[in-house]
Amino acid sequence: MSDVAERITSLVGALRAHGVRIGTGESVDAARAVETLGLADRELLREGLAATLLHGVGQRAVFDPVFDLYFPRGVGGPDGGPADRAALRDRLAAALAADDPAALARLAAEAVDGLGGYGSSPESDGWSAYQTLERLRPQTLLARVRADVRGRGVSGAGFTDRLLDDELRRRIEEFRRLVGAEARRRVAERRGRDEIARRAVRPTADRVDFLFANRDQLAELRRAVRPLARKLATRLAARRRRAARGTIDLRRTLRSSLSTGGVPMRPVLRRRRPARPELVLLCDVSGSVSGFSDFTMLLVQALHDQFGKVRVFAFVNRLDEVTGLLDHGRADPEGLGARIRAEATLTGWHGSSDYGAALGEFAERYGSAVGPRTTVFVLGDARTNLSDPNLPAVREIAGRARRAYWLNPEPRAQWGTGDSAAPAYAELVEMHECRTARQLSGLVARLLPV
Amino acid sequence: MFTSVDDVSARLAETGYLASPAVATTVFLAARLGKPLLVEGPAGVGKTELAKAVAQVAGARLVRLQCYEGVDESRALYEWNHAKQLLRISAGRDESWDETRTDIFGEEFLLPRPLLTAIRGDEPTVLLIDETDKADVEMEGLLLEVLSDFQITVPELGTVTATRRPFVVLTSNAGRELSEALRRRCLFLHIGFPEAELERRIVRLHVPGLGAALTASVVRVVGALRAMDLRKVPSVAETVDWAHTLLALGADTLDEAVVQDTLGVLLKHQDDIRKATAKLDLETL
Ligand SMILES: Nc1ncnc2c1ncn2[C@@H]1O[C@H](COP(=O)(O)OP(=O)(O)O)[C@@H](O)[C@H]1O
Ligand SMILES: [Mg+2]
Repeated sequence: MSDVAERITSLVGALRAHGVRIGTGESVDAARAVETLGLADRELLREGLAATLLHGVGQRAVFDPVFDLYFPRGVGGPDGGPADRAALRDRLAAALAADDPAALARLAAEAVDGLGGYGSSPESDGWSAYQTLERLRPQTLLARVRADVRGRGVSGAGFTDRLLDDELRRRIEEFRRLVGAEARRRVAERRGRDEIARRAVRPTADRVDFLFANRDQLAELRRAVRPLARKLATRLAARRRRAARGTIDLRRTLRSSLSTGGVPMRPVLRRRRPARPELVLLCDVSGSVSGFSDFTMLLVQALHDQFGKVRVFAFVNRLDEVTGLLDHGRADPEGLGARIRAEATLTGWHGSSDYGAALGEFAERYGSAVGPRTTVFVLGDARTNLSDPNLPAVREIAGRARRAYWLNPEPRAQWGTGDSAAPAYAELVEMHECRTARQLSGLVARLLPV
Repeated sequence: MFTSVDDVSARLAETGYLASPAVATTVFLAARLGKPLLVEGPAGVGKTELAKAVAQVAGARLVRLQCYEGVDESRALYEWNHAKQLLRISAGRDESWDETRTDIFGEEFLLPRPLLTAIRGDEPTVLLIDETDKADVEMEGLLLEVLSDFQITVPELGTVTATRRPFVVLTSNAGRELSEALRRRCLFLHIGFPEAELERRIVRLHVPGLGAALTASVVRVVGALRAMDLRKVPSVAETVDWAHTLLALGADTLDEAVVQDTLGVLLKHQDDIRKATAKLDLETL
């Protein structure tokens, strides 16, 4: 097999390992794309392979770093002598000021080469993006670059000057990303691409387990809330239409047939009363599952105009209504979790979850929030810290609601292990595994009432 | 159709479409591999325009199927002209029913719709299936069939096979996830918001009267708005509209008053205008 064919095969393998579904047809197209485009221009090759191998924009975040590993910009470090930190910072400042992407990419390579290496034995050495950035500290260049740009009068005096800081921050962020990619590439050279491709490329945020998502991934998820909500809203609307289409109204069909001499020409469909369903969310917001419940609350909030009424309650071992904190316009997604924890009364005399107490408090204080039009969702891992799960309270809530569901961010295999009361709760309300944003959107599209 | 990726860029530019490297590469490949091109991206980034530009460059006729909720076979493939058939029947020439039937299901009574139109005929054709995500899922099955074989069977007439395959462009705003099967048929291209440099060139092309400095400022403000968490961020179409507006107002630099007064051209929701006003520090007026 030629080197290129082999590289495409490995690239496809690595993408598949990250959940990108690629058939043989696409691999053949990819090979033809390489043949058509040639290898000379790496960016054309990148776009050509993306066009043939990918089927959706979400996959691009996986594709780009994998592509960088298999079709690297260069081999080894950049030419030239060892970089010294002060000189690198000077040139980086100039490149940031000039908004020169090519120069930023070159500097990222030099920076990793000069500042990112560690270890000396072949087993333990490597290249670290973290170390590179710690030493170079590009974020501290902001003031200097700003002064430089202003001094040269290129920022446009007056109005647009106020945009400058954010623009520079975005450029610095881009540089950090380039450093990450370069460090991965250097490591891959040493350790073998296939292994790095397996480990070092993050899965798309919508496939990350809520329970293990890091801060960046959670932020990425928050940004995805609105587009996702838009998609779900169209799907809900389609379901609603289908539900409404269903039945023929015989009486009205006959009445309207009077004008055609009693021959029923066109069936009249029954119009459903547009009584919008109501929603109640009970969310465990304790540390371990807060990423999951924050995201779900934001998503439901973004969908609020699909419903007659949405009420949201948060709990750890005490429960409080937080509907107001989620209000449209107020909901600044980053701050949501912190605001809920600051403004609502969620804990009594200890800080760990107590499902039994919280659900009991709900049934007692807010029982009237649940009626025959209400669908209830409980969000949480059902880990009770060994206290009483209070099944009667759950039975009461479920009995009063139109439907009740429980979304559990833990893998099904772990339900019932340790202090998990999941199996007991699952007897009373339909429980679904909901580990990722992808799973959640599927469940929401299916389970939300229309 | 094209000799190289650069050739694609250059010739599209002549028609007034400025393609990013990703766009030019993918169009080139789609032409070379003879595969349909699925273009996805937010509204107003030039998806429809791209198909039109390709048709113009290739000297091809453009056949457009505009999708919408409820679009069906009779809108997409063909339909029999019932009124005309009825007339023909009641004209009742002296002939047997069999003869009449053969006659009324003939070419003369057929109303071809875009998919059939694009497949028949020998001239070069660009088939634009626009806003595919608005059509119902059933429509996708139909598209899949047509895009697999490039043939359409009209039971009464027989099978029509393309003598010359059209260059197919499907667009989607991702309002609904298209099926995996349909995606697999296509090369995939995502068009996002352009890089600042490209967007400046697009504005210059559409609104040449606006000075270079003001064009740069326009693109920077739009970039800042896109970085905000808004319900609907401005697209290229809005950038161009805004540039036109500023030119019409005779503005030669941006200041708070001008931006404040014209923000409605860029943002469509009151919430967004409020938020942007605050973030751009416009409230000090
Ligand atoms: N790359 C481009 N080159 C030239 N004009 C563009 C480009 N992208 C967008 N436009 C402008 O934006 C407008 C909207 O484009 P359109 O094709 O209608 O968007 P979409 O189909 O993606 O919603 C076009 O009329 C065109 O003026
Ligand atoms: Mg369009």
